[in-house]
Formats: sequence, C-alpha cells, structure tokens
Amino acid sequence: MFKNLCEKMFGRSLWVYHANSGGCNGCDIEVLNVLTPYYDVERFGIKLVGSPRHADVMLCQGPAMRSTAQALKRAYEAMPAPKLVFAIGSCACGGGIWFDSYPVLGPVEKVIPVNFYIPGCPPRPEAIIYGVAVALGIVDKKVAPVEFKQIELPIPMYHPSELRGEDEKFVVYEKVERV
Amino acid sequence: MSVLSKLKETVICLSAGRVTLPYPAEAKAVPENFRGRPIFDANRCIGCAGCANNCPAREILVFDVCQEIRILQYLGRRCTYCGRCADVCPENAITMSHEFENATGQVGDLHQRLELFMSTCQRCGRCFRGSTVLENLKMKGYRFDDIANERWIFRSRAYFSDPVAGDIHIELD
Repeated sequence: MFKNLCEKMFGRSLWVYHANSGGCNGCDIEVLNVLTPYYDVERFGIKLVGSPRHADVMLCQGPAMRSTAQALKRAYEAMPAPKLVFAIGSCACGGGIWFDSYPVLGPVEKVIPVNFYIPGCPPRPEAIIYGVAVALGIVDKKVAPVEFKQIELPIPMYHPSELRGEDEKFVVYEKVERV
Repeated sequence: MSVLSKLKETVICLSAGRVTLPYPAEAKAVPENFRGRPIFDANRCIGCAGCANNCPAREILVFDVCQEIRILQYLGRRCTYCGRCADVCPENAITMSHEFENATGQVGDLHQRLELFMSTCQRCGRCFRGSTVLENLKMKGYRFDDIANERWIFRSRAYFSDPVAGDIHIELD
C-alpha cells in the first residue's frame, strides 16, 4: 500500500537536469521558459535541479562537441539509474547546421544514449511539454514516417504501334497508356 | 517604506491574475507566420532537388537509382525549419506546416521519403535546365547521397571507382 502511495505521489515527479554541451543558448531559454509561470511545469511535478546526482531526466541542448563530450558523459554517468535523456533542439537531435565542422562531433546520441527527441530550432515551450507528456505516456506521438512511391509515370506515353489512320494528314493514337 | 513596496507588489500580482496557460488541456493557436515541420507534397514534386541544394543543414538527401528514378529523403532531425526549401521550390510542393509537436522516441518517425519518376531529356540525359544562370549554377546533376548512413556526399567521384561512374558525368561541387 505504501508502495502504491509512493508511486502515485512520486511516480510522475521528474527532476530534470539541464545540460548544455555547446548550444547557442536558444534552447536553454525555451527550457527556462517552460519553468516560468506561463508554462508552469511544476504543476506536473517537474523541477529543475542543479546537480545530475539529484536528477531523473537530463535535458540535453547543443551538439556533442569535441571539448564538452567528456563532461557530458561524466554528467550522464553521475545520474542515478532509472534515467531518461531528452535531446532538445535540432543540435542535440541531429548535430545542428554545423554538424560537419571540426568542433562538432554530432548529435548527443554519439556520446550518451538518447530516449526522446524534440526537434526544433528552438522547439516551442509547448513542444517541450508535449515531449515530456509523450515520455510519461499521457499523450501519443503525432509524427509518423511518410513514404511515397510513384508507380505510374505522371506523363502519358504514346506508342507508335497504336497508330491508326494511314493517310498522312491525320495521326490518331487509339489509346493513351500510362506506364 | 518596505511595507508599502510589499503592498504595491501584492496589488500588481493580484491585478495580473492567473497567467498560466492551460497547455496540455487546450492548445493555444500558433502565430500565422509560424514555421513548423515542412510537408512534402509528392504529387506536386518534380524532383529538381533544389530543396536539397539549398538546405543549410544538408538535411534532404537525393539518390538517383537510375536515370528515371530519384529518391528524395528528408531526415528531419537537424532541420531548423528555416523554410528555405519552401522558398526555393518552383512548384510549391513544400509547405511549412504549423506542426510543432514532433516529439518522438525514434528519429525515424521524422523521415519523409519520396520516390519519384523522372522524365529525362533524350539528348542530354538531364531532367530539366534552370531558367536563369543562377539556377544553372545551383544544379548539381546526378547525386548519390549516402541514404543508409544519412550523409550528404559532396564529391560523388570519391565514392565511385572510375569504371562505375565512367558512363555518366558527375558534377563536382
């Protein structure tokens, strides 16, 4: 009973640690915006903590840089065991625009395992709240891969074998076949 | 003095009222000029790869399977939603939607893949020609990006030995 009570009370209170490994500060401002009274996430029990040792969730902003990758890895290892990592912003998800430059190693998943991706440059505060809600299982994710394959050639093709009318004035094609 | 300032603060706080937005319960509409995820309309796309040439994040990959079939793949992970692809598209096949709730557990959910038929010129083997000099400069000819590893390949010649690419002319950047 006590366990159930604990799950009910603390199960969804996430304490987040906010790690910037070389981002431009745009995503940081959006994350802090989430904590302001306008998008008050403390009503969901989400609280910002200053140390990775207290945290359940790590919010990563910025790509994995050559200079900060080691520190990011150490911060990840310092977190207690049931841990989630959110990659916030296009830098953390995929390396950003400068993904192929010298100081950028790539997305943060090259250094630490990432559980949830929130793309955007920067993502809206609502998008971050939505990502947390997806992680908690409150809502379903909306995106799905799109795959399109053209089967028919969109232009009509004419075959000379279907020519009708031998006189030179008119050339009539009997049917138009789409290949 | 301090009591007065506290009282003043209280008045300000009370007059502000409740400011927290009820976000997960009811969504607030985004501004009209907000740019969200780009949506590719496959029926309008002519496969010119102008979006791929202009993407600053090198996010749209082009792979020419043969002369007639071209694969366009949008990865979506490092897209900054800058809208350049929608700007440059001659057929308005790309629209910047208002979708911003793109959070997902797998990056593959963000992909969009188009496999298009290309009708090529019988003489030059290319699909079309740009109308201006600038557009001609932007054209890169055939491209063989690394779709499996999600990489843009700048110089196709480095990835093909000469006999493979000997019969077709690959333009370098």
